[in-house]
Amino acid sequence: MSNKGSIIYLEEVTVDYDGFKALNNLNLIVEYNELRVVIGPNGAGKTTLLDVICGKTTPASGRVIFGKDINLIGKREDQISALGIGRKFQAPSIYGNLTVWENLDLSLKRESKGIFATLMSKPTATEYRTIDEALETIGLKDHPHRLAGSLSHGQKQWLEIGMVILQDPLLLLVDEPVAGMTDKETEQTGILLQTLAEKHAVIVIEHDMEFVRQIARTVTVLHEGAVICEGPVEKVQADDRVREIYLGRQKVAHT
Amino acid sequence: MIAEAADEKPRDGGEGLTFWFLGLVLLIILPALNVLPSDDSWLHVSDFTLNRFGKFLAFAILALGLDLIWGYTGILSLGHGVFFGIGAYCIGMHLMLTIGTESVYGNDLPDFMVWNQVKELPLFWKPFYSFSVAVLGAILVPVFCALIFGFLAFRSRIKGVYFAIITQAVALSAWLVFNRNETNLGGTNGLTDFKQILGFRLSESGTQRALYVITVLALGGAYFLCRWIIQSRAGKVLVAIRDSEQRVFFSGYSPATYKLFVFVVSAGLAGLAGMLYVPQVGIITPGQIGVLPSLEMVIWVAVGGRGTLIGAIIGAVGVNFGRSILTNYFPELWPFFLGGLFIAVVLIFPDGLVGLMRRLTIGSVRKTLGLEKPSAASEGAQP
Repeated sequence: MSNKGSIIYLEEVTVDYDGFKALNNLNLIVEYNELRVVIGPNGAGKTTLLDVICGKTTPASGRVIFGKDINLIGKREDQISALGIGRKFQAPSIYGNLTVWENLDLSLKRESKGIFATLMSKPTATEYRTIDEALETIGLKDHPHRLAGSLSHGQKQWLEIGMVILQDPLLLLVDEPVAGMTDKETEQTGILLQTLAEKHAVIVIEHDMEFVRQIARTVTVLHEGAVICEGPVEKVQADDRVREIYLGRQKVAHT
Repeated sequence: MIAEAADEKPRDGGEGLTFWFLGLVLLIILPALNVLPSDDSWLHVSDFTLNRFGKFLAFAILALGLDLIWGYTGILSLGHGVFFGIGAYCIGMHLMLTIGTESVYGNDLPDFMVWNQVKELPLFWKPFYSFSVAVLGAILVPVFCALIFGFLAFRSRIKGVYFAIITQAVALSAWLVFNRNETNLGGTNGLTDFKQILGFRLSESGTQRALYVITVLALGGAYFLCRWIIQSRAGKVLVAIRDSEQRVFFSGYSPATYKLFVFVVSAGLAGLAGMLYVPQVGIITPGQIGVLPSLEMVIWVAVGGRGTLIGAIIGAVGVNFGRSILTNYFPELWPFFLGGLFIAVVLIFPDGLVGLMRRLTIGSVRKTLGLEKPSAASEGAQP
């Protein structure tokens, strides 16, 4: 049971929704600077997995250890975020009535996010620069003062990714980043995620198998709340059970 | 990009300009027209009118706070009448005690206590002999109540319609408590028949004029406080809570803390409003602090325009001005008018009067310049 060197370590985690086990004795280890893709059919527990890690859902049993020995269970979402876990939601979750710049400014990692700090402090020159860089990275440098609500779907997704990047998390949780994106946007998103994985650990949930092949190094397959297979894309694709429950169906659906 | 600038610039500039213009009129022109022209000049502003505006402006202070929590943060409170009432009763108690032996019964005790055969001044009345305790209490007691209630409510993540219902229940229970004679706050009749404040006779127009000016200054202070808050990063967090509370959590902020902060600030402003209201109006009763007044306050903000500070002020003054005119001529029709106004706001101009004016002016400016609405929104829009 060596969890040394892992960024996140889930042990025997069970989430029970009135008898329906969204996660069933799930075990998962993700290392530092790893890009991990989690796939699985609908209802496999992928999003619940992210919910557990970021504190939105409290498991009925099991352990969730962040870094060396930080127990995440029982912590509030903002506390977990402050520890260095960022999350990108499936549907773009941004602040529609604030400008792109303000969205990023609020997300930026700061010493204190308490009320007095935010009442008093003004952005520093370094912070301006960091935000400008992020604007560049997510391709929104021409629209800093546009209301985020008026952006296109793809731009919103990117803005949210930018917001998560600025939190400078140790671990990034990304839920279906390319849903609703054009092919070009999808490809760019793939490149962006791979760049991010050089400095952060990233867990990506994805349906789009083409995209998975583009970015994945290690793939974890969930089914009925438990891990049924883990390994490189080729190994996972060759696995009989995986083919049966997931890829078989996907293949038909995709081609 | 050009279109964007055009869209955003007038927002702040326009609001600032309106504010300074209103400030000039309220602080200098109105009192000057009250003092300078002779009574029969058409320019003369009567004591009655000035006093009435003082009352409206006190309401406007409350509306600013309500706008902060509802318009900006998206939390609907239907209990702000309670905070207003606490502020009002704090100063009211002080004014009752300064009546002294001028009262009807000529007793040191307030009249209603003599009437209710209370022999001795209840303990909680005693600190209110002091004017400064009353003034501080009028702000700090509502703040303290909001702190406790808000802490419990926001920690348990009560929000939306549930929060609205609970605050309404609080308003109802506060009304019941203030109504009881055993509470020793004057029961249904409330506190009234005040004679003086700090030695100045309340019946004199000079005193009322001073109270009016103090109210205008307090409103100005409240406006700048609110503007400072909404322009800070904390203010952006408030809007962010309205837009996506979930994301606020994951951006590392604790929404409960921010909600508590804004709830407490708005309660303090409501208390301040109540404190300024009482000496100008001369009476405070439970009828002015219960469920209905709390609902009306929300309508002021809705009519003026949620999410703009100037809108809250315009709404509070406008609706109350309309009320005082309408109730003069058709007293029975006012509730229907108020209800109709609310429906009109919801259906026709959801951004209130300010939003309506902005739409009209931007629309007409565009038309005269021959500009079509730019495709800023449509450029990237997807089905």
